[in-house]
Amino acid sequence: MARTRVALDVEIPSDVRYIEGVVELAAARCRELHIPARKCSLNLRVALSEALSNAILRGNGACRDKMVRIRATVSDDAVVFDIADQGPGFDLAAEQTDPTTPENVGREAGRGLFLMRHLMDRVELVGDRGNTVRLTLRR
Amino acid sequence: MSFSISKQGDVVVVDVDGQLIVGIRQELKQKVLDELERGGKKFLIDFSQTGYIDSSGLGVLVSLSKKIREQGGELRLANLNDDLQTLFELTKLDTLFQISDTRERALESF
Repeated sequence: MARTRVALDVEIPSDVRYIEGVVELAAARCRELHIPARKCSLNLRVALSEALSNAILRGNGACRDKMVRIRATVSDDAVVFDIADQGPGFDLAAEQTDPTTPENVGREAGRGLFLMRHLMDRVELVGDRGNTVRLTLRR
Repeated sequence: MSFSISKQGDVVVVDVDGQLIVGIRQELKQKVLDELERGGKKFLIDFSQTGYIDSSGLGVLVSLSKKIREQGGELRLANLNDDLQTLFELTKLDTLFQISDTRERALESF
C-alpha cells in the first residue's frame, strides 16, 4: 500500500483575498515535494484557484463566517487536494459545458470547471454532502 | 497585485503586476472601462509580470474585448509566459485575442 502523508492543512474564511496566498503556499509545498515545475506553476495554481473560488463564492456564498478547509496529502505517485466548504454541495456531473466550442468561446463565464478538469488528473466530489472537491495531480 | 496605466502614443497600455484572479479582476475591468469612457480606442494589456490567470480573469478579458470592440476600439495582449500561452490555447481564447510576443510587436500591430 502506498504511503501517504499530510502536506498541507489550512483553513481560511470565505474571502477571495485569501486565495492567492493559499495557492502560493500549496505551490511551494509541491515544489518541495519535487512535483514537476510546470505542474506547480500552471496546473496546480489555476485548478486550486478555481476550486477555492468555487468553495468561497458558490459553496459558502462569500459568507465570512463560513470556512474553507484545504488539505493536501502526498503519496509516491500523486498529490491530492481536498477543498471543503460549508455549503449545500453541488453536482459536478451536471456541469459539462464546453467553453471552447465556437458558440461558447466568446462567453465571459463557464471556464472554471473545464480548467480544473483539464489541468488536474482527476476532479471529483467526496464525502456525503457533496461539498468537498478532490483534485488529484499525479507526479 | 496592481495595475498601472500609461500611454504610448494613442495606445493605452495596462501593465498587470501579479496574478489576474477573482479578487482583483473588477479593478482591471473598471480601469480599462474608465479609459474607454475617456475616449481610448487602442488598448494593450501587458502580462510580463503575471504568472497565471483564473477563469474569472479570462472572463474579464473577454468582456473587455467585447466592450472595446463595441466602441470601435481594439485590444491586444502581450508578453504571455508559457503557462499563460497554454491557458489561452487550452480555452481556445488564443483564437479570440490578438496576442504578441513582445510589447513592441503589439504596439506595431495597431
